[in-house]
Amino acid sequence: MTEVALARLQFATTTTFHFFFVPLTLGLAILVAVMETLYVTRGDEKYKRMTKFWGHLFLINFAIGVATGLVQEFQFGMNWSEYSRFMGDIFGVPLAIEALLAFFMESTFIGVWVFSWDKLPKNLHAALIWLVALGSNLSAFWILAANSFMQHPTGYTIQNGRAVLTSFGAVATNPNVFFQFGHVFFAGLSTAAFVIMAVSAWHLLRNHEVPEFASSMKIGVIAALIGSVLVATVGHFQTQYLIHEQPMKFAAMEAVWEDTGSPAPWSLFAIIDENRQENPVNIEIPYLGSLLSYNKFSGSITGMKTIQKEYEAKYGPGNYIPPVKWTYWSFRVMVTIGGLMLLLALWGLALWGRFETSRAFLVSAIWMAASPFIANSTGWWVAEIGRQPWIVQGLLKTADAVTPGSVVPASMVLLTLVGFNLLYLVLGIIDLGLMIKFAQRSMAESAEEEGALVY
Amino acid sequence: MDLHVIWFILIAVLFSGFFFLEGFDYGVGTLLPFLGKNDAERRAIINTIGPVWDANEVWMITAGGAIFAAFPQWYATLFSGFYLALFLMLLALILRGVSFEYRSKKEDLGWRQAWDWAIFFGSFTPALLWGVAIANLIRGVPIDAHMQYTGTFWTLLNPYGLLGGIAAVAIFIMHGANFLNIKLEGELAERARGVANLWWWVAVVAVVLFVYGLFVYTGYTSKGFLAILVPLIAALALLAVRFLEGSARFWSGAVAIILAVVSVFIGLFPNVMPSTLNPDWSLTIYNASASDYTLGVMTVVALIFTPLVLLYQGWTYWVFRGRVRVGEGGY
Repeated sequence: MTEVALARLQFATTTTFHFFFVPLTLGLAILVAVMETLYVTRGDEKYKRMTKFWGHLFLINFAIGVATGLVQEFQFGMNWSEYSRFMGDIFGVPLAIEALLAFFMESTFIGVWVFSWDKLPKNLHAALIWLVALGSNLSAFWILAANSFMQHPTGYTIQNGRAVLTSFGAVATNPNVFFQFGHVFFAGLSTAAFVIMAVSAWHLLRNHEVPEFASSMKIGVIAALIGSVLVATVGHFQTQYLIHEQPMKFAAMEAVWEDTGSPAPWSLFAIIDENRQENPVNIEIPYLGSLLSYNKFSGSITGMKTIQKEYEAKYGPGNYIPPVKWTYWSFRVMVTIGGLMLLLALWGLALWGRFETSRAFLVSAIWMAASPFIANSTGWWVAEIGRQPWIVQGLLKTADAVTPGSVVPASMVLLTLVGFNLLYLVLGIIDLGLMIKFAQRSMAESAEEEGALVY
Repeated sequence: MDLHVIWFILIAVLFSGFFFLEGFDYGVGTLLPFLGKNDAERRAIINTIGPVWDANEVWMITAGGAIFAAFPQWYATLFSGFYLALFLMLLALILRGVSFEYRSKKEDLGWRQAWDWAIFFGSFTPALLWGVAIANLIRGVPIDAHMQYTGTFWTLLNPYGLLGGIAAVAIFIMHGANFLNIKLEGELAERARGVANLWWWVAVVAVVLFVYGLFVYTGYTSKGFLAILVPLIAALALLAVRFLEGSARFWSGAVAIILAVVSVFIGLFPNVMPSTLNPDWSLTIYNASASDYTLGVMTVVALIFTPLVLLYQGWTYWVFRGRVRVGEGGY
């Protein structure tokens, strides 16, 4: 494998692993904060037990998210030094702001929160977890602002072959970031909601601490409804935005090779031949492509072949079509799972207050625990794989962004790729084991642990 | 004032804060399996840094982010050049990050001891490697006309690089032991004091040699009287550690570390990464920097948020100002 391929594989694996844990952190911080707020306002010890129980799961997950985030910060310099030189003027800014504004906030207040249950007034202690939630989500905003530039460059000019910042405001208010952040924020909320629903369902099936887990289930169902409705809504408009800003990514998501007529159908299942640039089998739903793209029953979708010709004229010879199968199927897996999640949330709403009466619902909730994680990963793949061959849309190709082989040869990239992945594999297994162990504990057991004795 | 100079100073400040705060974290982590005789003692030792280590580590992350934003060429050359060293450091830091959280999650003693050794590895390795890295920045590394590093991992392990590693490990262990001395009670605190005294000797010898190298490699004496005063005060503060007690002893070590970092940056100025191949190929605060506009934006951001961070981080130390008791979880 070439250095570029290895570096890409390293970025893909380390980022996917990191992003496996992060959305749960984003959402669970908020829901734990909601529980502690209920404890403060209602004074019911039940909510304190809930806060501590879900707080433990939050912390196990938080630790691995933070630890794997370290690689994210440094691998731009390690494997992508030419990217860093090209983009430093722009990319470093949101990254540094993320550290200064968000990382300090979340890491400082999580430390205090864990150790100060008996030291600080109740409402101040609850405020701390809100600050953690704010810090985590601000961090998501800033890293997505950085990523948004890569999807849709704004506020820059090119000088001496490097991108130079001309408007910080344009980078921070890139329209793309509001779609991306909105999508990730509600995905995070959904992830936390489905984890809470699954764990609560497991306990409710066994009649453990029914008041506590029924309350948790209520919070989970509300968050799942808000999350899955809004993640889909934002996603819908985000996709429409792509039609203008990243038409190639959009066409790849839909596996549209030739321009469609109007009205455009929507592909339900396609067998894709990327070499011959066609779909030998394609089951389509008429009108739906136009409806999803333009909110009406007319309008065509530009095909990849047309865009390829435009890009050749604009950027010179080269292949501008991303890996279509990955993009198309990642998108479909994400959307399908998103739909199932919405259905489960609605089912939960229908059963409001008597969840334990439906064994089918509880079992489904347990089985759905993995779904948000798959949707998060595949969603992220759509965003990143669909942008290829560009690392920065229209400005820099991935192949030109990698550290020169004279500085970091392919063998070294392979070494670190294997090293990081082995460590991640071991930590991932341990983390999952601990999550399951602590998810199966009782709330009473969880609440007994004194704050300061966590380590 | 020149924005390039301001950002050079701000990065020096971030590294000072990082080495001061993570310095004692690394020291505490390195000492953990040796100083704590049983699980209760080790738990108390970890709890001294429990509420704060995560935020302390952010000083390093912010320093990295600030280098990226203010001096992207420095970021690109440094992290691609010191590739394997950084890889080892990241493995260590990842392991350390999860160790604190995971060790208490099972009662099993073997499980806990395994994580204690992970904390040791995760603290010792970055301490050593940061020392090696800083020494190599001072000494200079092979950088070609295109700002690309042309050495290997072994280039970094020259005698001066290794000396830097030993100096960092020794001073951090001493600093960590001094921290434990004021955060623990009774016999355990006394034991920590003994360790600090022992490592003080190593630190003094290594740091004196290290500073000698700083003077030789950077032509430090030409930097003026005030510049020479900084490492001098650092040396005096380090010497004073042995003769002070309690928090005065801790703070004296802290001053030594902070001023040592400041000395390193004075020595480097205006270079950020000197080239041993040709002085003209060195990375400086001018040829490695971001645009003036970016530096200006970042200055505004830093001026607003740095005081805020200092304020709330300071508050956390105030909240946890007491000593940790063995077996009680402390605080």
